[in-house]
Amino acid sequence: MLDVREVRKAFDGFAAVGGVSLRVDRGQIAAIIGPNGAGKTTLFNLITGHVRPDAGRVVLNGRDVTGLSPHDVCRLGMGRSFQRTNIFPRLTVFDNVQAALIAHRRRGFDLLGRVGALYRDDTLAILQSIGLAEKAGDVSGVLSHGNQKQLELGIVLASEPDLLLLDEPTAGMSATETRETIQLIARLTRERGLTLLFTEHDMEVVFSIAQRITVLHQGRVIAEGAPAEVRSDPEVRRVYLGERR
Amino acid sequence: MTDRRRLPWGVLAVVAALAVPAVGSRFYTFLATDVAILALFATSLNLLLGYTGLVSFGHAAYFGVGAYTTGLLMKQLAVPFLLALPAAGVLAAVFALVFGFFCVRLTKIYFAMLTLAFAQIVWAICFKWNDVTGGEQGMPDIPYPDLAWMERLPWAGSLRTSDHYYLVVVVIVALALWILRRIVESPFGRILTTIRENPERAEFIGVNVRRHELVAFVLAGAFAGLAGGLFGIFNRGVFPDFVYWAKSSEVLIMTILGGMGHFYGPAVGALVLLVLNQQITSYTEYWPFVLGTILIVLLFVFPGGIVGALAVGARRLRRSARA
Repeated sequence: MLDVREVRKAFDGFAAVGGVSLRVDRGQIAAIIGPNGAGKTTLFNLITGHVRPDAGRVVLNGRDVTGLSPHDVCRLGMGRSFQRTNIFPRLTVFDNVQAALIAHRRRGFDLLGRVGALYRDDTLAILQSIGLAEKAGDVSGVLSHGNQKQLELGIVLASEPDLLLLDEPTAGMSATETRETIQLIARLTRERGLTLLFTEHDMEVVFSIAQRITVLHQGRVIAEGAPAEVRSDPEVRRVYLGERR
Repeated sequence: MTDRRRLPWGVLAVVAALAVPAVGSRFYTFLATDVAILALFATSLNLLLGYTGLVSFGHAAYFGVGAYTTGLLMKQLAVPFLLALPAAGVLAAVFALVFGFFCVRLTKIYFAMLTLAFAQIVWAICFKWNDVTGGEQGMPDIPYPDLAWMERLPWAGSLRTSDHYYLVVVVIVALALWILRRIVESPFGRILTTIRENPERAEFIGVNVRRHELVAFVLAGAFAGLAGGLFGIFNRGVFPDFVYWAKSSEVLIMTILGGMGHFYGPAVGALVLLVLNQQITSYTEYWPFVLGTILIVLLFVFPGGIVGALAVGARRLRRSARA
């Protein structure tokens, strides 16, 4: 499904990502972990087209997408959420998801239609599945942090992706919100047959749902494999898990 | 999910505007023409400012291009109004397409500075190209369109030519505002608001941000051009200061004063600014001082502009009426 080959990116001579390869198979739930500054978000930016890699390839469903713009990558079936919550704050919850549907279904240049009730049922169905149907009319910027994260997930789902990239989906959440969000993500992935690649700092979350884990450290992959293998890897224990007592 | 029981404000405003020559003096028709045209100009800017989140410091360029186009066609080539006015919109759109192509490649203040730079280039050309634009002296004596047929209308027969022209302006502006309203309520308009809110996120839902910005820029330019075409005739002449940066800032002030968060905000801003200007300049020569004070108060107390403040007030009233 996703094949990242030896991508590199340096900012002012600092190698943020130095030759990372990664494979995610269809239907898999994969996680990237690593200490702060390990290059997780940069790697995401390289995969989604937000930042162009200095070298290496990104292949999505057999198609080379290296250097394509984010909106093209999005149209090819890759949806992304952000570490810092990224919604359209002064639009209502409904409008947020509806806009994503409009963009995905290529109605974005429709100047003659009426937007009012366009894709109303589909929008409400997505809001239902992320548990925000009752807040459809609320301005999204005033929602709680947890709700905004859920909404962001709804925006991502609206572009009907096969592959979901979630950057720290539980960042800044309370323990309860974290648990609920992870359950939600696991359920949506299962129901919609999605492939999931996510970064996370909460080890409990990672080991509870990921089938495959890649460990980044200083822009390089230091370990990769099933959770049990990664957990027992001496290098990982030294640089990462060992730091958390 | 729109509320159908609301009053048709738009229709009422048009009817009221059409009645001005019948009830008011010549002076009020003059002022109302000015207001109607600048309301269209400001609303066209708001497609960029309020809906797409793009600050243009050079919107007068397209107003000016429209004014010169219609003026030249009608005065030098005796082209009828029915062709000369649409030509203003088309040529302004072409200029907006060329300039916009470069502007949307930049963001924020860099975008704003580039719009200003292009506008000043247009101004310099209008100011110096004596053979075509009349240079510094401008282009006086632009004829009125042939509106003799209106004398046969029962209720408009006794009016002056300037009143007839005013009625035409009201109808055209109303039509243009209706089209703009449809645009902001279209799927395209919704996508523009996502760009205003969060351009980076918009890219990741599959929006080609630059191309949407360019289309918005061209549309805004076209309607500004129409406003310019109407204004040149109303003003009986076209002059380089139509394109000068001061004109761009004037329309920016109208838009912010009226409230860029509402479709009719800029139109209200145009009305208030022009009426205040008339009233206050008859008392004091320090109009800019008064305007500055008003703006400072507004920005701190009612950042949503006049219409924003009214909307908040109306909501409070309704809530207290219910309680």
